[in-house]
Amino acid sequence: MTNSSVRFENVNRHFGGIKAVDKVSFDVKEAEFFTFLGPSGSGKTTCLRLIAGFEQADKGQIFISDKLVNSIPPYDRDVHTVFQDYALFPHMTVLDNVAYGLMIKKIPKPQRHKQAEQALEMVRLTGLGNRRPAQLSGGQRQRVALARALVGRPKILLLDEPLGALDLKLREQMQVELKELQTQVGITFIYVTHDQEEALSMSDRIAVFNHGKIEQLDHPRVIYEQPKTSFVAGFVGTSNLIEGQLAQKLSGQTSPFTIRPERIRLTQEIDTAPQTIKVAGTVHDIIYLGMYTRSHIQLDDGPLMTVHSQNLDSNSSSPKFHKGDRVNLSWAAEHMHHLEP
Amino acid sequence: MRSLSSFFYRYQRLSLLLLLALPLLWLGVIYLGSLSALLAQSFFSLDGFTGQVVKEFTLSTYTQLFSPANLDVIGRTVTMALVVTLASIIVAFPLAYTMARAASPALRSLLYLLVLMPLWSSYVVRVYAWKLILAKEGVLNWFLSKLHLSWLSDGLLGLPVIGGPSLSLSFIGTFLVFLYIWLPYMILPIAAGLERIPKSLLEASSDLGGKPALSFWRVTFPLVLPGIVAGSIFTFSLTLGDYIIPGVVGNSQPFIGQVVLIQQGTAGNIPLAAAFTVVPMVIMALYLSLARKLGAFEAL
Repeated sequence: MTNSSVRFENVNRHFGGIKAVDKVSFDVKEAEFFTFLGPSGSGKTTCLRLIAGFEQADKGQIFISDKLVNSIPPYDRDVHTVFQDYALFPHMTVLDNVAYGLMIKKIPKPQRHKQAEQALEMVRLTGLGNRRPAQLSGGQRQRVALARALVGRPKILLLDEPLGALDLKLREQMQVELKELQTQVGITFIYVTHDQEEALSMSDRIAVFNHGKIEQLDHPRVIYEQPKTSFVAGFVGTSNLIEGQLAQKLSGQTSPFTIRPERIRLTQEIDTAPQTIKVAGTVHDIIYLGMYTRSHIQLDDGPLMTVHSQNLDSNSSSPKFHKGDRVNLSWAAEHMHHLEP
Repeated sequence: MRSLSSFFYRYQRLSLLLLLALPLLWLGVIYLGSLSALLAQSFFSLDGFTGQVVKEFTLSTYTQLFSPANLDVIGRTVTMALVVTLASIIVAFPLAYTMARAASPALRSLLYLLVLMPLWSSYVVRVYAWKLILAKEGVLNWFLSKLHLSWLSDGLLGLPVIGGPSLSLSFIGTFLVFLYIWLPYMILPIAAGLERIPKSLLEASSDLGGKPALSFWRVTFPLVLPGIVAGSIFTFSLTLGDYIIPGVVGNSQPFIGQVVLIQQGTAGNIPLAAAFTVVPMVIMALYLSLARKLGAFEAL
């Protein structure tokens, strides 16, 4: 886990006047599951394409396995990609698709077909080798793309929002499978997604992108619990941002802080526990979401707060609070997280 | 109005039938009807004495079709169509590739405009313009002599069969004009075929280790093949049936189209004219089934 797999040093990539990637540096370790997380247009896909070699850096240096690759074309990089649209060759069978990279390496036909069959087995598509991509479902195509990228045993696998086109259930199942597969094959996965839950559940480390820059790079827990900027706090999960006078009044510090909705308690009476922050407000609306209830509370002298309360009591068919009710919000002081000013 | 639309909503098949009535009538009666009349005519014969068409089934017209002189015409036309088609593929591909892949949106529109523009003017005018360009005293020869390249055209014209006294009186001239006139019909389907190929497929190929040439032959070419076949159907069949170009530019040896024109017009031999028209149809049918067998349509 100490060797560098992919390293960016002050990499820039501009499209016209737009800085798609702006002085980005990071270091992905071998066998790491590394995620680029960010909204669309934040530069995460461009970074992936810079690693694959489909884009070239305007400035800065890109290293793969400690080798400078700025001027090496995609076909000479030991990196394979799972494309967002899967990019399966429509005129070839599934087996020929998977064996494509082996065919290029001039591995004899019986051998490469055997390896391709094994790769299909690994993604649980045994027996579908003779079909055409058009005859497969979205989930199956996704697996073929995965098998095709993995069969050549690359050092690094790049995945560009590979689960984006799948429905929720299948996506959750594939998240588990992908993570297992990565542990099994033991190669570096670099994963692009805009789905923060996906990023949190699968990654060893996450780089949060915004406007072509990395806002924060850390382990999932740190990203969630200790967001460095208000962007990270708002993009990864939901956050209440409290600034200015109210921040000082509640925390005793001038810097703004965030508090997660699920860490806030809603009560009728004032919470008397020590080390708790208390503030009063009025219920703005209440949304029932099955597992939990989301309430928006207008603070008397502050912003609209989001509160998530778990629905632990199955008997309560009617909500505890109603629009317009006066409520007290409270949270433990340790849950407040101060942002860099 | 309301009851009419709800009537069509209730009887959807009927409304579909009404919608298709006109095109079906057109295709069924005018197109297929005349084709079968043509086919039937080819099995009649011409009475040599009276000049009347004998409306009895016979294969004698087809025996006549396969006489050495007529086979010569067929061979000449098919060879020309093949050469024109191959040359159009070679000339059209780089241009289509630029239009579909390399060019900026502005340049792409300009190129499309330039390719389509010749189709706005009369084809006969353009053919006669080429006769002047290719004439011995024409602009091409003048240009070649200024470049001290006259030996090149002289050498080409000295060749047997395809040569002649000048470009406008040789098969080379006929070929050049065919190539020019049909080129847009090859460029457009190839460009459309190339535009349909997702860019990610070529990236995937190079990502898996394919160098550009390999990616071209393994991915681009098979996927654009239906476009090439579509273009070649145009260039091939249009060359097979054309009767104006070889009459204006060339060495006056007849092509199929000209023979059809003469037989059904001046000679009044409609059965033989019909039999001649069947030839390009059979050739095209063979070509399409061969293309299908070779997998040209698998990527569709």
